[in-house]
Amino acid sequence: MIRLTWRQFRAQATVAFGALAVIAVALAITGPQLVHLYHTSVVPCQAQGDCSIATSAFVSRDKLLQGLGLVLVVVPGVIGVFWGAPLMARELETGTYKLAWTQSVPRKRWLAVKLGLVGLSSVAVAGLLSLMVTWWSSPIDRVNADPFTVFDQRGIVPFGYAAFAFALGVTAGMLLRRTLPAMVATLVVFAGARLAVTNWVRPYLMAPFRIISGVQAPAGNGPSNPAAAVPNPADWILSDQTVNAAGHVIGQDGAISYGGGRFGILFGLAGDGRTTLQGVGLCPNGFPARTGAAPGGGPSAAFNRAAQECITRLQVRQVLTYQPTSRYWPLQWYELAIFAGLALVLAGFCFWWVRRRFA
Amino acid sequence: MTAALAASGLGKQYGRRWALSDCTLHIPQGRVVGLVGPNGAGKTTLLHLAVGLLRPTAGTIEVLGRPPSDDAGQLGRVGFVAQDTPVYSALSVADHLRLGAWLNPRWDEEMAQRRIGQVGLDPGQRAGGLSGGQRAQLALTLAVAKRPELLILDEPVASLDPLARREFLQLLMATVAEGQFSIVLSSHLVADLERVCDYLVVLASSRVQVAGGVDELLATHRRLFGPRRDPKALAADLQVIEESRTDVQSTLIVRCDGPVHDPAWTVEELSLEDLVLAYMGRARQQGSAAHRRLGVLR
Repeated sequence: MIRLTWRQFRAQATVAFGALAVIAVALAITGPQLVHLYHTSVVPCQAQGDCSIATSAFVSRDKLLQGLGLVLVVVPGVIGVFWGAPLMARELETGTYKLAWTQSVPRKRWLAVKLGLVGLSSVAVAGLLSLMVTWWSSPIDRVNADPFTVFDQRGIVPFGYAAFAFALGVTAGMLLRRTLPAMVATLVVFAGARLAVTNWVRPYLMAPFRIISGVQAPAGNGPSNPAAAVPNPADWILSDQTVNAAGHVIGQDGAISYGGGRFGILFGLAGDGRTTLQGVGLCPNGFPARTGAAPGGGPSAAFNRAAQECITRLQVRQVLTYQPTSRYWPLQWYELAIFAGLALVLAGFCFWWVRRRFA
Repeated sequence: MTAALAASGLGKQYGRRWALSDCTLHIPQGRVVGLVGPNGAGKTTLLHLAVGLLRPTAGTIEVLGRPPSDDAGQLGRVGFVAQDTPVYSALSVADHLRLGAWLNPRWDEEMAQRRIGQVGLDPGQRAGGLSGGQRAQLALTLAVAKRPELLILDEPVASLDPLARREFLQLLMATVAEGQFSIVLSSHLVADLERVCDYLVVLASSRVQVAGGVDELLATHRRLFGPRRDPKALAADLQVIEESRTDVQSTLIVRCDGPVHDPAWTVEELSLEDLVLAYMGRARQQGSAAHRRLGVLR
């Protein structure tokens, strides 16, 4: 059975692993150069302080190979569509399952070998590509210091994506019994699952950290000064909200939403001569007369003090939720577990269906 | 002796429609069995149940004394050629023989090679480029070379031209002569089966209409001509299968276990085709009568 599966799969496997080998060679040649350049251009200038020119020149190296990260995003989907979906659908569509399932091989073994050989190849192709890309781009990632934007193009999660996409393709093919609809369904469901996990599951796999702080008044009207920042610029900021005394969200990113627009922090004059913080309410404290503008046009120091007091007494606060960068690998493992688990559930369903449904 | 195929109350339901119902059969081993019936009569369903591609909704089926199951032993005892003889179009003829050798422990490589040579198949050719007749031969070779105890063929010649049809059946008979196995093959044409079968099962309206050895069936069925008469007034051992009347004359097809002695009748022997058509006609009449009854009830 293994020999038959290999005979049917070898052309595709040769293409895939051949491409992988070509990429491996290209990365193996350019990777050490990149490390060398990192140590000769980025490290010395970082020691001296400002080095935006050196780093921007460095991160734009080998743009073509950096594009492999994006390739890695689509590879699992392609595997699901072209290896997973036709695996059963083509047999059912052309009727060859009647030939295959009446040889002296139980069909659970037939399915086990198919899923095993083609499935493991799928996981290997995506996973090896990911490990190569992760290794190759590690100096660039260190300079970019933004690991969560390339979360699904690095590390171990692509193993899970490929396993899930493949199992999803097989299942879709088995249920729909037609190759083309199965391919479309695989693509749609896989993309949907990935988006859903990325947006609604990954941020909350571990309870996010939260920083609550008072808002600092700007000099005059404008966005607030960042009162709180995540401890590490590489942390993953999930939300940055401005809340009022009651805890309601009144704005984002250091601003207060007001009158349908998103402004910074705006002070206005109420009808009775008192000052109001727009979008929040009347300031409980008095403000100095407007005439006392500081020389040079900016608001006076007295105004700024009053503004800060108003914000503080109205209890306007900034709430920052984030995942610290130290959770990068735990989150990778969790997400791998989710997709690998889904893949196993689908594979189990395939076995059940093949035994119950067609027997 | 265990039956090649034994079914009891066997039925298969798709949605609300019964593709096969109340099928009770006992087909002895060592026969060449023709399963004949109009399209949609349930032939494929019955054969798929026999090879385990389907699971019965009702009743039981045993093949060579065991229920069809998904284990290597039982799968190895039954060879199957599905309707339209599916093969892997991307694989070559030689690949298919390798496939057979890999997947069947009792594979007879020598026989497979010889058969491929006999029918003039090029081992290097892709199966997708074979003609219908060649594909059927390839599929039959795969099924025979696994050395089954029972060979099941579903409409093996339906898509073949008359010449390929005759060649296929001739080679099948040669294979039967050298192999020690029972055969069940289905067709919607009696003519295909007449020359090769010694046992016949007529399936129509998803039910078994009649089953038995061909000689026995021919010996017990007669056509009677005579003056018009009420069929109910016939001797008790005559079972009327088909009846047609003019004002003065009756023509009956009857099943009779002994000779017909009534001198009023002219007795004639039946061809197998007439016999099968009589049973199919009866099934259709009963079917439409049942429809009418349902109509009245509504």
